[in-house]
Amino acid sequence: MQNPKCGDGDWFAAGMAAAQPRGTQTLEVSGLTVALPTEKGEIRPVSDVSLRVAPGEIVGIVGESGCGKSMTARAVMGLIPAPGRIIAGSVRLAGREIAGLSEREKRAIRGSEISMIFQEPMSSLNPVMKVGWQVAEALRLHSDCTREEARTRTLAAFREVEIPEPEARLRQYPHQLSGGLRQRVMIAMAMICRPKLLIADEPTTALDVTVEAQILRLLERLREGGTSILLISHNLGVIARVCDRVYVMYAGRILEEAETTVLFDQPLHPYSRGLLRASLSLREGVEPLETIPGGVPNLLRLPAGCGFGPRCACRRSECDAAMPELRVVEAGHRVRCFH
Amino acid sequence: MTERFSDLMRRMARENKTAVASGAVILLMLLAAAFGPMMTPYGENDMDLMNRLAPPSAAHLLGTDEGGRDVLTRLLYGARISLLIGVAPALLSLAVGAALGMIAGYRGGFADTLIMRMADVTLAFPSMLLAMVLMYALGGGILNVFLTLTLVNWASVARVVRSRTLQLRDSEFVEAARISGVSGGRIVRRHILPNCLPTLLALFTLNIPATILTESGLSFLGLGVQPPFASWGLMINAGQQYLMTAPWLCFAPGLAIMMIVLAFNFLGNGLLDVLDPRRKKR
Repeated sequence: MQNPKCGDGDWFAAGMAAAQPRGTQTLEVSGLTVALPTEKGEIRPVSDVSLRVAPGEIVGIVGESGCGKSMTARAVMGLIPAPGRIIAGSVRLAGREIAGLSEREKRAIRGSEISMIFQEPMSSLNPVMKVGWQVAEALRLHSDCTREEARTRTLAAFREVEIPEPEARLRQYPHQLSGGLRQRVMIAMAMICRPKLLIADEPTTALDVTVEAQILRLLERLREGGTSILLISHNLGVIARVCDRVYVMYAGRILEEAETTVLFDQPLHPYSRGLLRASLSLREGVEPLETIPGGVPNLLRLPAGCGFGPRCACRRSECDAAMPELRVVEAGHRVRCFH
Repeated sequence: MTERFSDLMRRMARENKTAVASGAVILLMLLAAAFGPMMTPYGENDMDLMNRLAPPSAAHLLGTDEGGRDVLTRLLYGARISLLIGVAPALLSLAVGAALGMIAGYRGGFADTLIMRMADVTLAFPSMLLAMVLMYALGGGILNVFLTLTLVNWASVARVVRSRTLQLRDSEFVEAARISGVSGGRIVRRHILPNCLPTLLALFTLNIPATILTESGLSFLGLGVQPPFASWGLMINAGQQYLMTAPWLCFAPGLAIMMIVLAFNFLGNGLLDVLDPRRKKR
C-alpha cells in the first residue's frame, strides 16, 4: 500500500471519478450474507444483499430499525462486531475485492478509501482530544504528511465543510462545539483522505431540521466532487432530497430497488408503499397517519416464505410457501414480490 | 465527561474544603522533606551519647532517641524515604495496572481471562500478608520494597482500568477511530488512555497512603527499609521499647504517618467525587 502524496486538499474539485476506468462501480456488493451466532441460534442480519454505488452517485438504504442497514454498512467497512462474520458474497471497492483482506490491509483501506460518519456526533468525537488533532489523525496514518502539512490540510478541510472560524475551532474540544459543527468535523475527518466512498449512517437523525438541510447540501457538494455516498436512513424525506437510487431493506433482505423518483411515484412492494404512506406529508391534509401493522420479525423465527408476509395486506398462499426472488420490472427497478 | 479538567479542579476547591486543606498539608510535607534536612543543625546519624532519650526541648524540638540522635532531623530525613516509597511504587503499580487493565479490557478473550485471574489471585490474599511473604522471600532493601508494593497494588488498578476500558471500547469515538483505520495499539494509547487519566489520578492519590502504610508496617516488622536509613515505620519500631520512658520516639513518626495518610485519602476522595459522575453527593 503506497502512501498518497500530501497535496492541497480541495476534494470537491478533485474528480475522483475521472481516475477510475469507465463502467467500474465504486462499490459493488453481491450476495452479501452476514451470520451472527446468538444464544438461541444463528441469525442472518444481512442476507443475500446485492447493491452497487456508481462514481459520484448517492445511493440510499431505507428501512425500519433492525432491518440490517447498519450491519450492511459495517460489513462493507469490514467491522462486523464479533462473533458475527461474512459467510457469503463479495464486496468490491473500485473493482478490488475487499471482503477477504487481512486486518492490516483493511486498516489501510479504512479512512483512506472508504469512510463512515454516524448518527451521533456527540459521542463520535473523543472528548479529551482537540478536534483538529482528531481530524488530522487519519491523514497522518494514511499519508506521509509533516505536522505542518497536516495542519494546513485540516484547516482546508474545515473550510470545505464550512466551519466558521476554522483556525480557532482546530484548537477546541468537542464539548465546545454544537451538534451541527460536530457533524461537520466528523465529515471533515471522514473526507480528509479523499475516500472514494463515504458511508453516512443516519447522518442527520440527531440534528434539527435547519442543520439537517445544511449537512445534506454538504453531502451533495461532496458528490459533485466525485465522491460516492451510501446514505443510510429511516427518514424518507432525507432519502428523497439527495438520493439518486434507493434500496428498501427489510429483515436483512433487499425488497425493492429503484431510482428515487420511480420509487416515490410508483412503489411496487407493499412494504415500500406502506413506508411511503406512513411518512408525514403536508400536502395530504389532516387525515390520520397510516401505520404498518405489526413489528419487525424476530430474525430467529423468520417465516418460511416472504419475510414481510405476516404484515402484508395482499398476502396470498404462495407468499407463505417460498421467498420470492428479486424480479426485474424495468431497467433499474427490481422488486422481491410475487405481485 | 464534558467538563474541562481545570473547571473540575475549581469545583472541587469550592465544594470540598477538606480536600484543599489536605492538598496544603501534602505540599507542606513535601517541602519539609525537600528542604527540612538543610535547616536542622544535626545530621541524620549524629550520635550524642551524653544526651540519650532527652525529652523535647529548645535544642531538640522533638527530643532525642536512644542514640542521642535528634528526632525531628530523623523525621525529616525519614519523610524523604517514606514519601518516595509512597509515590514511586504507587506510580509503578499504576503504570503496570493501567497497561494490563487496558490490554485485558480492549483485547478481551484469553488475555482478559489470564490477566484478571492473576489479579483475583493477588487480591485474594490480605495485602499485608502478601507483602510480608514477598519481602521475606526477596530480602530487605529499598528496591525490593518498591517491587513488593508494586506487586501488591497493581491488581486493584487493573480492575478499575479494565472496566473503564470496556466502557470506552464500545464508545462511538473508538468506533470512529477504527473506521479511520487506526490500529488497536494506537487506539489504546491515544484514545483510551487519555480518557482513563482522571480515574488514574484519583487512584494514584488513594494508592499513596496505602503504600506508605504498608511500608511502615513492613519496616516496623523489620522487613522493609533497613537501618541506618530512617523511615517512619522504622522509627516507630526502634521507639517501641522506650514507649513508657520516651513516648515522643513513637508519637512523632506515628502522627506524621497518620497526617500524610489522612491527607492523601481526603484529597483522593475529593478528586473521585468530582471526577466520577456516579459519586456525586446525594
